[in-house]
Amino acid sequence: MSATAVRLAGITKRFGAVTANDGIDLAVRAGTVHGVLGENGAGKSTLMKILFGMIRPDEGTIEIDGKRVELRSSADALAQGIGMVQQHFSLVGPFTVVENLILGRDSRALWRRWLAPLPLSAARERARELSERFGFGLDADARCQDLSVGARQKVEIVKALWAGATILVLDEPTAALSPPEAEELYALLERLRADGTTVILISHKLPEILRLCDRVTVLRDGKVVGTREIDRADMDAISRAGVEADLVHLMIGRERPTVPERHPRELAPVLSVRGLTDGGRIGPVDLEVAGGEIVAVVGVEGNGQSALVDLLTGVVRAKAGSIVLDGAELAGRSTLARLRAGLAHIPEDRHAQAVAEEMSLIDNASIGFTTGAPFAPTRLWLSKAKRRRLAEAIIRDRSVRTPGPDAPMRSLSGGNQQKLVVGRELARAPRLMIAAQPTRGLDIASTTAVHEALMKLRAAGAGVLLLSLDLTEVFAISDRIVVIRQGVLVGEVATDRADPERLGAWMSGAAGGEEAA
Amino acid sequence: MSARVSSRRTRIDEELLRESLEINRRGHNGWRAEVLARAAAAGGTAAGRILSFVLTVLAAVIVSLPLVYLSGGDGALALDALIAGSWGSPIAAAETLVQTVPLLISGLAVALAFHAGLFNIGVEGQLVVGALSAGIVGATLPLPGPILIVVCVAAGAAGGALWALIPALLKAYRGVHEVVTTIMMNYIAFNLSTFLVSPSGPFVSSSQPSATEKIPIEARLPILVPGTRLHAGLILAIVLVIAVAWYLYRTPGGFSLRLTGANPRAARGAGISVPQTILRAMLLSGALAGLAGAVQVLGLFGRYFDAFSPGYGFDAIAVALLGALSPVGIAAAALFFGTLDSSAVYLQAQAGVSREMVGVVSGLVVGFVAAQPAILRLLRRLRARKARTRPNPSPDDLDRVLATVVPVPLADPDDAISHGLAETEATR
Repeated sequence: MSATAVRLAGITKRFGAVTANDGIDLAVRAGTVHGVLGENGAGKSTLMKILFGMIRPDEGTIEIDGKRVELRSSADALAQGIGMVQQHFSLVGPFTVVENLILGRDSRALWRRWLAPLPLSAARERARELSERFGFGLDADARCQDLSVGARQKVEIVKALWAGATILVLDEPTAALSPPEAEELYALLERLRADGTTVILISHKLPEILRLCDRVTVLRDGKVVGTREIDRADMDAISRAGVEADLVHLMIGRERPTVPERHPRELAPVLSVRGLTDGGRIGPVDLEVAGGEIVAVVGVEGNGQSALVDLLTGVVRAKAGSIVLDGAELAGRSTLARLRAGLAHIPEDRHAQAVAEEMSLIDNASIGFTTGAPFAPTRLWLSKAKRRRLAEAIIRDRSVRTPGPDAPMRSLSGGNQQKLVVGRELARAPRLMIAAQPTRGLDIASTTAVHEALMKLRAAGAGVLLLSLDLTEVFAISDRIVVIRQGVLVGEVATDRADPERLGAWMSGAAGGEEAA
Repeated sequence: MSARVSSRRTRIDEELLRESLEINRRGHNGWRAEVLARAAAAGGTAAGRILSFVLTVLAAVIVSLPLVYLSGGDGALALDALIAGSWGSPIAAAETLVQTVPLLISGLAVALAFHAGLFNIGVEGQLVVGALSAGIVGATLPLPGPILIVVCVAAGAAGGALWALIPALLKAYRGVHEVVTTIMMNYIAFNLSTFLVSPSGPFVSSSQPSATEKIPIEARLPILVPGTRLHAGLILAIVLVIAVAWYLYRTPGGFSLRLTGANPRAARGAGISVPQTILRAMLLSGALAGLAGAVQVLGLFGRYFDAFSPGYGFDAIAVALLGALSPVGIAAAALFFGTLDSSAVYLQAQAGVSREMVGVVSGLVVGFVAAQPAILRLLRRLRARKARTRPNPSPDDLDRVLATVVPVPLADPDDAISHGLAETEATR
């Protein structure tokens, strides 16, 4: 138990003027779960890429099981028994689970590799064995593209174990998982630990660190700022709060930012949706959002959240139903008309829906503002100077870190891109803000800034429809929670009377649903 | 139309807008500093583009030199002949510009479609149909000269746009890939145009086989420099460069087009109709291609000849890529290819370099442009390696010094705060 599986000593990595890792020391005991905690840009991912041989450090040494090793490539790391599950999966969609498992793991002679048939049946047997031993519950012959995100992640984990990994590195494993899926992953990791596998868990989510880890190392600005033992067996609510506060302190260097208080008021409806459906994926949906209210739509990912947003923004035409915003009927009207009527939308997938990476910040800040005055008074004139000032104002207000408004969007980190998107959507002076996963991938400080902005909208009498997979966020800022399952709203509850267990039951379709509190 | 548009106002936070206008009035560092900073940034981008243009051209020419030797030519002589044959005399220079015009206009056509994310390989077919339309209208409509010029030019643009219409509709509303459809439309254009001026075709001249009747001399584009073939198409081309640049970067329509090309889903979410934008981009691209053909007919030949184009529409792809899709860059790229084209004959006579070398060079240019990201990556890696061997001064060292002077017991959260403060102060 006390043997050291991984020891990193004095790891330093510089990218130009930026020091991503600065003299990092880290010791991971064998057979434990070790958390690496830190905000975006703290250097977690760089450190793990070094451990997996994807990046070579400028200085420092790596020891695996007490032996000093040089990791020149991922192949070296795999040979040392290090497996990595990255945030973005590396599975081949059209291949089956077994085919993905044996991909690139073939050490036979070259000629046999090309000519001999794949050892599929043996592989299938081994996959079943692994699956049973740890309770993966995977169908070896399912195509990976048909699997849910959670299942695909399990395939990645099996793939690492398959290659003989005894040290498993997981990079933000629950970022894209729904709460029940995350729960399954936690259980799986606990079984792996019990079996003797060493797990390194990179995360900026405190609850999962506290839930799983035996020890946690906190990084900030590329340095280790502290390491804490976590006594999971002996933790009550008070000591838990103390540990949390301590870790937040270490992580961001100050107290956890507070979200402003909520004041209940008499509210007039801003949005009312009746019988809205696209005839397939979603509906019929009835939904009300009042001015000065934040309504959270929660549910397991892929239960019609994005279809609902598409219908509300007009990207997809509704089959039936009405959408009334401030007394004006919007169903059947164009997206442009809806934006004019006071709709704004922070899309869930920033890269695919919200920004154009190759265009400048000026262009990205003016998306949706180019169809009329003040920026485009006629069809032959689109002001660049005014758009530049808008971009500058957004950059300043949302404290976007950028070399300047002329820089291309791709030069910004994901978090800063999201800040610009949020600023742009706020600039629409929305009556109803649709915020889909508005804080996905943001660090704590930026998350708080987004929450504050949404609360400010709420205080100004606008409605906010928050779609989130993060229950902490939902409980932190929403006034009312509705639960969506298979395209239908199955439950509704005021946030102060909600409890996570009931929500979980609604989300997963367990007993107790179909009633409003 | 514009009155209706101007009455529409985008919904925007008026307070933020007012604030944003004030930012500039006050100016962070004064307006002079801002103008200088912006000019420096723009200059930096322009310098980068010019550098990559020159390097690409140089690389293509250098790599083709051994091929010149292998094909029995003399490299040094060839370079000499290249310059002399294209810019050596006023007549040669005029001829170079004549060759540049169709490449320039059709290069703009390719680039406009590229900006919308469309690969219009059908520029050649659209160019042929545009030329045919201009030739037929010019030879048949009994209109007074100046009016007929305008009508012919318009007919050329309309013909090109018409030829792009079917691929555009299929792409916009059915998602059919434009590369496939435009290639098909090319073959239809080539064969249809050959038929229309064939001995049994309806528009064949009574005196000249495989051509239409002559367009009256008053209805042709005027010659700019007497004694040369340089015609007013050059002016049209320059106007089009400005117009396309204006359209792309200074109109709401151009913004929609670029946004649709960069991220169609973001465009749709912002209320832009993606099918309409694709339709508009493809039709404009086709119209430009048609103009390129019409200019050849109206300025150079005075009638439509079958197979008059040596493949301008295909060379235009190389032109657009070398010009990095920017209108000014395309003008420079067209000038480069025009230089090669106009010196081809002289090259063959003086240096024994076969005409086909021009095609080889243009192929190399496309290859080098395509390889640019890889080359840039390589350069960056080399630079990074060099930087690593140099000692790294300033903030890091300062941090380390601070760390030794002020040993911070990190277990205490209060000290973690002061440590964080010290750090931010040091890095500023």
